[in-house]
Order: sequence, then structure tokens, then C-alpha cells
Amino acid sequence: MLSIDALHVTYGGAVQAVRGVSMEVPDGKVVAVLGSNGAGKTTLLRTISGTLRLHRGKVDAGTVRFDGTDLVGRDAAQAVRLGLVQVPEGRRIFGRLTVEENLRAGGMGNKDKTAKAKAQDRVYDMFPVLKERSSQRGALLSGGEQQMLAIGRALMASPKLLLLDEPSLGLAPRIIGQIGEVIAEINRQGTSVLLVEQNATMALGVADLAYVLDVGEVSLSGDARELARTDEVQRLYLGHDGGDAGEQRVRVASGKKLSRWTA
Amino acid sequence: MTQFLSLLLNGLSLGALYALIALGFVIIFKASEVVSFTHGSLLLLGAYSIARLSDSIGFLPAVLVGILITAAAAFVIERLIINRLRGAAVISLAIVTIGVDIILLTELIRRLGSDILNVPHPWGGESFRVGSVGLSQNRLIAFLVAAVLIALFFVAFKYSSWGIAMRASAEDGETAALMGIRQGRVSALAWVVAGVLAAVAALFLVGSPTPGVTPTAYAVALRAFPAAILGGLDSTGGALAGGLLIGIAEAMAAGYQDQLLFLGRGFSAVVPFIVMIAVLMFRPSGLFGTKELTRV
Repeated sequence: MLSIDALHVTYGGAVQAVRGVSMEVPDGKVVAVLGSNGAGKTTLLRTISGTLRLHRGKVDAGTVRFDGTDLVGRDAAQAVRLGLVQVPEGRRIFGRLTVEENLRAGGMGNKDKTAKAKAQDRVYDMFPVLKERSSQRGALLSGGEQQMLAIGRALMASPKLLLLDEPSLGLAPRIIGQIGEVIAEINRQGTSVLLVEQNATMALGVADLAYVLDVGEVSLSGDARELARTDEVQRLYLGHDGGDAGEQRVRVASGKKLSRWTA
Repeated sequence: MTQFLSLLLNGLSLGALYALIALGFVIIFKASEVVSFTHGSLLLLGAYSIARLSDSIGFLPAVLVGILITAAAAFVIERLIINRLRGAAVISLAIVTIGVDIILLTELIRRLGSDILNVPHPWGGESFRVGSVGLSQNRLIAFLVAAVLIALFFVAFKYSSWGIAMRASAEDGETAALMGIRQGRVSALAWVVAGVLAAVAALFLVGSPTPGVTPTAYAVALRAFPAAILGGLDSTGGALAGGLLIGIAEAMAAGYQDQLLFLGRGFSAVVPFIVMIAVLMFRPSGLFGTKELTRV
């Protein structure tokens, strides 16, 4: 579905952010991209979603194809119309717009009215809390709700491939787990997902395939479950003592609930 | 008291026209991040086109064509210049618009020469009276038309797709682009709307009690700038409040000029700017403007 081949991206003609990355997102799968800060994850997403130019970045070599269409040189609005929608890092919901208006803004690239109505039903089904708060301003939602709104807003464009840039950023561990479930559900309903994350536990739990980026290059790739078992990933991203160490460290004593999630 | 009421009415009607111009100024700022100084000459272009065409094609068609010409000029400025300079510093863009304004203004003044063109308003120069409170018919109609246009504008801004696209891109351009919103279109449409509003304001600003189309109509548009600034440059509600406030202050200063003689004659012309400075001293981002806040 999405295929990236030997991609090189530089900023301002000097800083090489992505060096020879090749990657595949097969139809109907969830693909995770892991890596630390500065690994080139966000640059990769910008290239796909058509916002690279806004950051003065440029593709020097390589191709990015989506269902056979070359994406290099296309802008974000064109990418959305092809069925590629990105949920930006840090949620970036429109705080002064109401929840409903945020969703309408998300559907702007979707000219088909019935598809839009269907998308809205699906979003309200998936996140009932957004329906309850539809007339509230986005800025008044909690962090987790804002992330749900950001994902819901992107779904309004009925994407074939959903790009997620660090959806777990700044959220409580319980809510990160719920985001993982939401991603799995979106995928079950037929949308492919490219998930960029620093939280490897959640990402590898939900992904079919995974790539590890290191200073602009792919250092590891393969089946997500197998990758989770490799020494390198365990040491670098999951901590020494195995798969769910990250979660255990933050679990609250005696099972007390910190907050309630109603979605 | 009668004089006060009369001045208040005159101020409101003048203020409604300022509000029309200021609204255009604000939406251009929101959509294109440009402080557009082209408004003065756009206004004059509107007035000039309507006055010139009225003789040959009649008043109403001339109004429609004049509005179209002004909107088209705004559109061309956006497409040819502003859109290509996207991402340039706000200050450079502002100075570019001053340049465009001077070019357009010079050409219009050359065409106007020394004639005073008149727009043959069918409602003429008569006044409308309730008891002893009077208002020129031109201003009364201006007030009604402006009120309807402003109401329409606010409804569209709140509920239409264009309004939502506009507010979303004003708040976060990159994210709006990620949602498939074409910012170029949003911006072009903002300029067109601003052009239409300026031309409508021009139609009434050159009628009674002001004399015809002269280069001084340009100075009238300049007084809408403080209206936009004191309301808060990024607030449409602020443009409305600012416009009305400036209009009333100016009308009062003109009406009571005998009592204000110690300030000199023609004081009313500078009142809008004094009000603006006074407001900004206490509220630096204007009455309803967003304070520059950065959330981390």
C-alpha cells in the first residue's frame, strides 16, 4: 500500500535527517516505527503527509509511493484526498473550536457527504465521550480526550492509511493502553496504520511489523513480536527485564484507579 | 440631548462602515497572516469604479460591477503576491502591501485628476428625521446594509465550512493542512470577502454627508485600521466593537467641536488614533485580541 524506497531527506540543504530508508506498509496491517529523538521518525511522516516543505525539508533521492502514486512533491491536501491522513504529534487539536467543529475540520478533505456522515457516526461510536462534549471547546478536554479527538478528527477524512505521530506522548499509562486498543480497533475496521512511537511496549503490542530507526537509518526491521524478543530492542526500548516492564513500573499500588476513562 | 442622540446615530452608522472595513482587515490577518495596508486603495477603487460606471450602466449594475472589480483586485493581489510570499516575515509582507497600496493609489489619483466624481445615490442627500433627531438617508441605509452584512458574516464565520476552515487554519496552519484544508483557497477567499466588504463600505462612505469620490476617501479607510487594532487584530467581534467605538468617538468629537475648540479645528480626524492609543495602553492586545501566549 505504502512503499518507501531508499529515501533521503535533508533540511535546509545541509542536515540529513533520513538516509536511505526503505519501508513497506502492507494493506490492512499496523506498522510501527520506533526510535529515539532525532532518529528521523517525524521527518519520515512529514515526507509522507506532504508537510515537509513547511519545515524547509527536501527529498534528495528515493521514492514514496502510495497505491502506486508518487507522493514526493505533493502537498498535504493532496495526500488527504488520496486517503492518507496524519494525526500530528502533540495532538494539536483546535483549542478554540468546539469538539464538533474540530471533527468538521477533519472532514474538510472528504467531499463525499454520505462518507462524512458515516465517518462521524463511527467516530462517535468509537469515542462516546466526544459526543457528550460535542459543543465544548477543544481546549477544555483532558489530554487523553484530546488524543481521542485528534484521532477522531483524522478518521473524519475516511483514510485508507492512518499515520500516527507519537499518540502516547504525555499521556498516563492507563490511557496509553486504551490508545493501543483504539488503534487495534481502527485497524480491525479496515484502515491500515503507520504508528510512530517512542513507547515501544504499546507500539509492539499492537503492530504486525516494526522498523527501528537510528540516526536516519533503519537499524532493525521485521515481525513486531519477534522484534520485541530481540536483545537490542529489549535493551534499548523495553528495559532489561522483558516486555511489559515499562507498564509494571508505573502500576499503582493496591490497584487504585488514578482516573476514570469513559470512552 | 437631541444633539447627543443625533451624534450617537451618526456615529453608529459611520462606525458600522468602519466595522465592515475592519472585518476585512481582520480576516485577512487571520487567513494570510498579513497586516494588509492595501485596504485604503481598495476602498477608493470600489468608490471610483461605482462612480465611473454609474453614468453608463446605471446605479445598481455599477454597484455590482464595482464590488466585483474590488473583490477581483483583492483576489489578484493575494494570488500574485501574498500567496507567493507565504512564510515571509509578517513585517516584510506588511511593507509589501504598503507598496501595492501606493501603486494602486497613485494610479487612482491620476485617473481621478481634479474632478470630484459623484455616486448618484438614488436616495439622494435628504435626511431622515424622528422628531428633531436627524440622520442622512445615506447613513441610515448604510447602517442597515452594514448590519445585515455583518450578521451574515458572523453566521458564515461560525457555521459554514469556510468559517471553520478559516478558524482552524488561523489557529494552527500546519494541522489544518494535515486535515486537507487548502490554505491557499482559504486565504484567497478571505481577500475576496474583504474586497467585497470594502467596496460596500465605499459605496456609502462617498455619499452624504461626505462629498463625492476624492482621494480623501482614502483617509477614511485609514481610520478603520485603528478600529481593527483596538478591537484586537485577530478578533472579528473586536473589529465590530472597535468600528462602532471609533465611529461614535469621531462623530462626537466632530459634533462637539465648538466645545473642544481648545484642541484645534479638525480634531475629530485624529480621534480614532487617540482612542486606539488610549485602549492599547491598557490592553496591549486590544479589547478582544488573543494575548500572545505560548503553551509548553
